[in-house]
Amino acid sequence: MSGSDKITTDLGMPGTATVPAGVPPLTEQTRREAREIITRYPQPRSALLPMLHLVQSVQGYVSPDGISLCAEELGLTKAEVGAVATFYTQYRRRPAGEYHVGVCTNTLCAVLGGDEIFRQLKDHLGVGHNETTEDGTISLEHLECNAACDYAPVVMVNWEFYDDQTPASARDLVDKLRSGQPVAPTRGPDRQCTFKEMSRVLAGFPDDLATQGVQAGPATLAGLQLAQQRGETAPAYPDEEKS
Amino acid sequence: MLTPVLSRNWGDADSFTLAGYARHRGYEALPKALAMEPDALIQLVKDSGLRGRGGAGFPTGMKWGFIPQGPDGQGAKPHYLVVNADESEPGTCKDTPFMMANPHALIEGVIIASYAIRAKKAFIYIRGEIVHVTRRLQHAVAEAYQAGHLGTDIHGSGFDLDIVVHAGAGAYICGEETALLDSLEGYRGQPRLRPPFPATHGLYASPTVVNNVESIASVPSIVLGGAQWFGAQGTEKSKGYTLYSLSGHVKRPGQYEGPLGLTLRQLLELGGGMREGHELKFWTPGGSSTPLLTAEHLDVPLDYEGVAAAGSMLGTKALQCFDETTCVVRCVLRWTEFYAHESCGKCTPCREGTYWMVQILQRMENGNATEEDLVTLLDTCDNIFGRSFCALGDGATSPIVSGVQLFRQEFMDHINGTGCPFDPVASTVFAGAHA
Repeated sequence: MSGSDKITTDLGMPGTATVPAGVPPLTEQTRREAREIITRYPQPRSALLPMLHLVQSVQGYVSPDGISLCAEELGLTKAEVGAVATFYTQYRRRPAGEYHVGVCTNTLCAVLGGDEIFRQLKDHLGVGHNETTEDGTISLEHLECNAACDYAPVVMVNWEFYDDQTPASARDLVDKLRSGQPVAPTRGPDRQCTFKEMSRVLAGFPDDLATQGVQAGPATLAGLQLAQQRGETAPAYPDEEKS
Repeated sequence: MLTPVLSRNWGDADSFTLAGYARHRGYEALPKALAMEPDALIQLVKDSGLRGRGGAGFPTGMKWGFIPQGPDGQGAKPHYLVVNADESEPGTCKDTPFMMANPHALIEGVIIASYAIRAKKAFIYIRGEIVHVTRRLQHAVAEAYQAGHLGTDIHGSGFDLDIVVHAGAGAYICGEETALLDSLEGYRGQPRLRPPFPATHGLYASPTVVNNVESIASVPSIVLGGAQWFGAQGTEKSKGYTLYSLSGHVKRPGQYEGPLGLTLRQLLELGGGMREGHELKFWTPGGSSTPLLTAEHLDVPLDYEGVAAAGSMLGTKALQCFDETTCVVRCVLRWTEFYAHESCGKCTPCREGTYWMVQILQRMENGNATEEDLVTLLDTCDNIFGRSFCALGDGATSPIVSGVQLFRQEFMDHINGTGCPFDPVASTVFAGAHA
């Protein structure tokens, strides 16, 4: 843990937890927001998954402090919280990149080019699966199916869609992310959010980006547009039938 | 052949807004439903013949009818509606684009369904890995509150409803309804023993309906059109319209909405056919858990009965089409790796079986397998199928058993030769292009 500072938080917890350098501490605001999440549910424990997303929105991963906070607020043991946090793949156990780049290598995307994209990105970035570039910008991962098979091969950045990728487009994407140039998802907001910004949305605190981006991509519209060309419609509702 | 209902407004740039939905008769079903008796709504959905679009095809109205009502016993507990928006089955990509383009159709369906089963709280459990769809749902729920479609005493009906959009955190198993409920309660997403079923002991051990996105989103159209209108579409036992998701080596992959019972031949024609110069080798009718089919099955009607009669399952209508450049062993290996990765670990057959099947299939793909390995592989499937705690284990055996049945020689070629004889570059979309 070289380069780590021992930080005592102001959360009334034992001062034993360490937060690596550069990771902001959880604050009283975090705790207030965690309590706000709890009020959404009939039973407090239902708030645990969004609370863990909230922790990630502040610290970029599920830290020991974050586990303690969730445990305290929900009356659980840290082991109970940890058991949940380690079950779900979106929770990170250590600090990772600002941009989480996932290449779908489930069967269909893999066959259509995802395997080659992932191979080339590993070479290009010099990291393997679940590893982060030294500058801390990019974590690379191969993904399971992300429900966009009609846009294969698919790459996700912080769970935004980058459709119909090639090795060249994917290399270009990560180059831009590393050099701080603006990029935007194919079906998503006008700008790429950071991992922490994205985590806040998953915690149930909406950003103002919902109305940005297309309503549907070309593949989504394939059937509708064909129906329109061919003049095909669903049967009219009874109250729409021409007499 | 194409009958856009759920997708009818997707072409409008503001289709995901309340205004964009309202232009296409959005929220017109709601006052009509609120003027009906809840039991009459359940009967309407039963009469329509709507069956669950999440894969299993269970009659939606019947599920609603199982919810105990009245002042005693389980009926006295709060009732819940939980929408399964955890779309993760490999190949399945219908609910995600639907919710991105038309979230209000889902919201209107949730309100009507909640009213019918007498739930005052509904949850949309959305997969955590599709953040823009989460945004669109959050936005739609906020708009619906502003319009008075949600909250207390909705449109003077005396009916109260709150919707919570709840993001998961990455676990395929949470698409299984009881695992989803455990996850929504803040636990590891592991399936529960049934009975008791969610209808009586679901979320917080209270009466709960868990429905797929597309099922719930179909409800407003049934209220507007009536059971006969809905039932006149589709086939005798598989009524209504649905979203077919065409993907893979086809010219125009995408979403095609039409009546149940279309065939892959018809859908491939709509999608422009297989890519130039190539032919269909194998396909899945409804995701990777549904046994593989081949060109022999091009005329199988894609409804619950037709696909079952062909030895597979309709599933989610995720039509993944692979051409002759594709190695079936590679595909089966990759799907098996998926199931091994996603096995929740609760039961031994699935947890251990999927792990060992990956080892065997890797040996095959690398050219280090023996004929005995093939026997062991199928034997392991026998020990998983029907012996696992939930359908994930059964699903894991589908690609293997069907793959070997249909392409035994190709498996043997991997064993007797020097591993995979296919060139993976040939099956990419950028094959031949400078990438």
